[in-house]
Amino acid sequence: MHKHDHIEKKHLRKDPLPKFTIGDTVDVLVKIVEGDKERIQTFNGTVIAMRGRGAGETFTVRRIVQDEGVERIFPLNSPKIAGLKVKRSGKVRRAKLTYLRKRTGKATRLVERMNTTPNTSG
Amino acid sequence: MGHFILGRKGRMIQVFNEAGQAVPVTIVEAGPCTVTQVKSAKGPDGYNAIQLALDPVKEKSISKPELGHFKKNGVAAHRVIREWRLEAEPSQKAGEVINCTVFKAGDLVDAIGWLKGRGTAGVMKRHGFGGRPASHGHMCHRRPGSIGMHSDPGRVFKGKKMAGHYGTTRQTTKNLEVVVVDEENNLLLVKGAIPGPTGGLVCVQTAKTGVKKVKKAQGLDLKKKNPQKASAAKGKK
Repeated sequence: MHKHDHIEKKHLRKDPLPKFTIGDTVDVLVKIVEGDKERIQTFNGTVIAMRGRGAGETFTVRRIVQDEGVERIFPLNSPKIAGLKVKRSGKVRRAKLTYLRKRTGKATRLVERMNTTPNTSG
Repeated sequence: MGHFILGRKGRMIQVFNEAGQAVPVTIVEAGPCTVTQVKSAKGPDGYNAIQLALDPVKEKSISKPELGHFKKNGVAAHRVIREWRLEAEPSQKAGEVINCTVFKAGDLVDAIGWLKGRGTAGVMKRHGFGGRPASHGHMCHRRPGSIGMHSDPGRVFKGKKMAGHYGTTRQTTKNLEVVVVDEENNLLLVKGAIPGPTGGLVCVQTAKTGVKKVKKAQGLDLKKKNPQKASAAKGKK
């Protein structure tokens, strides 16, 4: 453990997101401020990459909007992320699913991974 | 009057502000520092300054003259001593402890660090010159290129950037914002990068310039409203 890890811990999110991994289809609940109102928008897609650790950890979610691929990189500890729901887990064999970028339609589907061990953290 | 503290540079991390924006910060283990000597313009020194010490050590770890200096002022032995000059007579006394709480979040500070030594370095490393391609028939790769004109002026201008010794110098980064003050762990989180290696000595002092930025940080109106424009706007109404 690095000397400054405990400092970084203070800046991690207080409400940990449920456990998710690469290949999962997730709903990311994003806080959006419009004028003085705040509402929550859902960004649904596949987690294709996770990067970094500690306070600077990010994950990339890819979805197709009107036949156009859209990717959003979310800082895991951002207070703008209100929550995350895992909808489906995909069976994948690599850490970065960049190959999905070249695929369209049915080819972008991932085989669902059935949980052999129960997902304890929700 | 400003404040001054010695510390050790830690690594950089990311924190989020109230608006949800990620802010890059450098961890500084700031103090606690002991005042080892107070110099006064009225005294034999002839100028105002306070001397701070960081990192308490065993008495055998420092030289006898240094130890004598600490003992004379009634302070425990420390590894690092730095002096900070002041315009006014310092209010501190020898033996007093200064910690990171002299700063508060939102303050602007100058951070002083000491660069790693690079030895004799070429112009690409030392001054960020572009160099030329490594291949495709290029016979010159990291050289500076032309260093001047012809027989007029017939000399190389002073200050021309060339290869030479690089590093081990003191460097200041001005007007960095203090983001978090952690009293419990004696830490300052300062926005942006600080010169020097991780674990290196850092001096943090109240920003000497950048008053505009301070005012902006405090939410003060920088631009005085043009009275003519203001009256014209009234006329329209």
